[in-house]
Amino acid sequence: MTVADIRHRVAGGIGESTHRPDGDPKVRGNFAYASDLTADGMLWGATLRSPHARARITHLDVSPALAIPGVAAALTQEDVPGKPTFGLEHADQPVLADGETRYWGEPVAIVAADSMLTARRAIAAIVVEYEELEPLIDPEEAERTGSLIRHVKVRRGDPAAHGSVVVEGYYETGTQDQAPLGPEAGFALPDGDGGLDLYVTSQWVHADHEQIVASLGVEPHEVRSHPAGIGGAFGSREDMSLHIHVCLLALRTGRPVKIVYDRAESFTGHVHRHPARMWYRHEAEPDGTLVRVDAKILLDGGAYASTTAAVIGNAAYFAVGPYKVDNVTVDGIGVRTNNPPCGAMRGFGAVQACFAHESQMDKLAAELGMDPLALRRHNAMEPGDPMPTTGQIVETSLPTKELIDTLASIPLPPENDSDDPRHLPGGTGLTTPRAAVQRGVGYGLSIKNLAFSEGFDDYAEARVVLTEVGAEVHTAAIEVGQGLVTVCQQIARTALGISHVAVLFDDTSAIGSAGSTSASRQTQMTGNAVLEAALDVRRAVLDAHNGDDLTDDGVWRDGAVVATLAQVCADGPIEKLVRFRHPPTFEADENGQGTLHADFALAAHRAVVDVDPELGLVRVVRVDTAQDVGKALNPQSIMGQIEGGILQGVGLAIMEELVIDRGVIRNANFTDYLLPTFLDAPDVEAVLIEEPSAWGPFGAKGVGEPPTISSTPAVVAAIRDAVGRDLYRAPVRPQDIIGLSD
Amino acid sequence: MSIEITVNGEQRRLEYAGPESLLTALRDELGLPGSKNACEQGECGSCSVILDGELVCSCLVMAADCAGSTVVTVEGLAAEGELHRVQQALIDAGGVQCGFCTPGFAVAAAALFDLDPVPTSDEIREELSGNICRCTGYGAILRALEALAVGEFDR
Repeated sequence: MTVADIRHRVAGGIGESTHRPDGDPKVRGNFAYASDLTADGMLWGATLRSPHARARITHLDVSPALAIPGVAAALTQEDVPGKPTFGLEHADQPVLADGETRYWGEPVAIVAADSMLTARRAIAAIVVEYEELEPLIDPEEAERTGSLIRHVKVRRGDPAAHGSVVVEGYYETGTQDQAPLGPEAGFALPDGDGGLDLYVTSQWVHADHEQIVASLGVEPHEVRSHPAGIGGAFGSREDMSLHIHVCLLALRTGRPVKIVYDRAESFTGHVHRHPARMWYRHEAEPDGTLVRVDAKILLDGGAYASTTAAVIGNAAYFAVGPYKVDNVTVDGIGVRTNNPPCGAMRGFGAVQACFAHESQMDKLAAELGMDPLALRRHNAMEPGDPMPTTGQIVETSLPTKELIDTLASIPLPPENDSDDPRHLPGGTGLTTPRAAVQRGVGYGLSIKNLAFSEGFDDYAEARVVLTEVGAEVHTAAIEVGQGLVTVCQQIARTALGISHVAVLFDDTSAIGSAGSTSASRQTQMTGNAVLEAALDVRRAVLDAHNGDDLTDDGVWRDGAVVATLAQVCADGPIEKLVRFRHPPTFEADENGQGTLHADFALAAHRAVVDVDPELGLVRVVRVDTAQDVGKALNPQSIMGQIEGGILQGVGLAIMEELVIDRGVIRNANFTDYLLPTFLDAPDVEAVLIEEPSAWGPFGAKGVGEPPTISSTPAVVAAIRDAVGRDLYRAPVRPQDIIGLSD
Repeated sequence: MSIEITVNGEQRRLEYAGPESLLTALRDELGLPGSKNACEQGECGSCSVILDGELVCSCLVMAADCAGSTVVTVEGLAAEGELHRVQQALIDAGGVQCGFCTPGFAVAAAALFDLDPVPTSDEIREELSGNICRCTGYGAILRALEALAVGEFDR
């Protein structure tokens, strides 16, 4: 049975902008987020954190906390019964500080008490004495002293090949925070039998589960990790935060325990986007043909490994962008310091590299006297071309030139002749004469992998169940807001021919892993598992009744219903479980060469900005885009990913940065960490380019990350165009625009 | 102290109104978790409620100051179960993703349309600039409310 065998078209299937099934409870305020869960007798947990970037704990006494009425438990590292460390790729992070704290905000002790206020008082009562140690805060010093997490080397082509036109550049990106609106929250409910049920903000409950049971020292079946209502993620929930803590407190007290971080704690309690320092050299022929690219990318991983090894891999392997070039060297270096740990954020290493390679392409275009889009088009990769870094032959769709041409065809906005402060940089704060405001236009082009890479055994399980009232999709894939719940429903409808489909999120005991909601992978991975399971169900039902079609009415044969759904399910529901794997990938050889990636997606962005050159303020007027989506399964959802992703890219371009001073985050709140508001949001015109992926369901590609990747360099390029300065750093600060930081 | 407060048309009693915010009282004592705690600084608007006719961030209001007040939360927008038109418009236009900001947007948008049934796009952006959304980039929220302003979603 293939998709082509499905003849009738069911309402609410793929290609339609169907509405989210969770939209109604969300607008009513009825949707249960992890932070909303509660139970009789519930305790509140709280976390004591290190006030130093690096320190030795010389004395730790929780007894004053335990003496406070209402405090049920106060735990330290000594109370972790199992494995004392955890980590997504390398288990190097202590569950609670192991005698030395290695970053500001590292958890030292946890308490549970009968109210949030009591829990906070208990934290304050814990006696802890530190001997401060000199923190390692400079990533270049970390590189010099060998404090490496991973060094990725790419050596491709002829070291002696050179071009006659050379541009060099140094670039930086700051530490961006995912800042999902929903802070970290976890709720652990003991089962009275030594185990518990955990409801927690997560992107991958099965990976959590493996680490949790190891640290708790219990059998896997004793803990059930449930997908819970989540207020956004963007990578911040791929690593665990309070997961083990809330379980430890629940098992110790035998009572339900909830931990909810406040905003300040959220900023310290999850990993951030790696800050980057990047050195680039591009060489080209006078006609613009790229001859070689040399790059060094240094990412500060902070105190613990998290996903730094994979992030620096991505930065290195996407260091050049979607351009044909035969001679490439890249050194991607991820270092360990005493800065806050960094890990996954939307774009995952490709964001930093894209800022540098696109800045270089503009610099090269200027050096050559070429139009920046024409230079990109001249060098654009096409299907069947090797990746400039890994040499992998790209076998999926790769409509690079179509993206460029489509973007160029979107009309530019008219000149800004408005005197309304809402249309001007700085709004009512604008003091510059209206005529001094400068307009600029800039471009960005990006490529990124979809799903997991470098030989990882990447799979997703889904179960489709046909009952007499319709179909159920069961998955442990995490809906973080992106719309997986909608797309699974649409895929199942189209594949089964049944319109009534419910998507149910199972815990770790009820279904196998769906893999992480990251790497833009769930539409392809869980989507394919749902598609195959649904087709299996359909085939089984049609075979059993010798039918030729399936609808809400039942099985059809020769234009008549021969069995209703009730009759089909008379002996019980029909169910099929599928574990989907994408085409295999492999680890790179010693030169960084090989088939490392499963699929690729492109995006192109054009930003238009108005800049106040005296105060250094920017208004992003619009960001237009063409995106390589494979097949648009839900255009409205894709638009939501595109506009939301672009705004996060705009944030990194002009306003979002954690200010970290000797390892200490100085702006861990929404007053000082600036998130784009409604008034900062540009208008967006997006064109979806549909050329089918080699293996995505119905040809779909993941769409979540590309909008965030090349929007940042496009905005910065537009600011450069407006003010004529060589801006090397994102976010661009007012002092950079007016020249005070030269 | 013990106070009386009218929430979504119901007379409610807070037995121990101490130093906590109205947001905490709503969520943890009155069983109304629809208002969200996302910053506790009045920056993000996720906790927006209508207090005696005024749109406020409930995280910035002391519960004890609300004695005798009337509060409408997101749970009170849908009269007799039927969605308020701003709620329906947000669903229809794709203005909901993770949904954590949605209760605040729904309340703030309802307050805006009560004051001005036909706001311009610039007015929508400005009036809702106190509500932060991290998912949508605001485009779908704007389209939802623009459509409402021209009567497209009226029912």
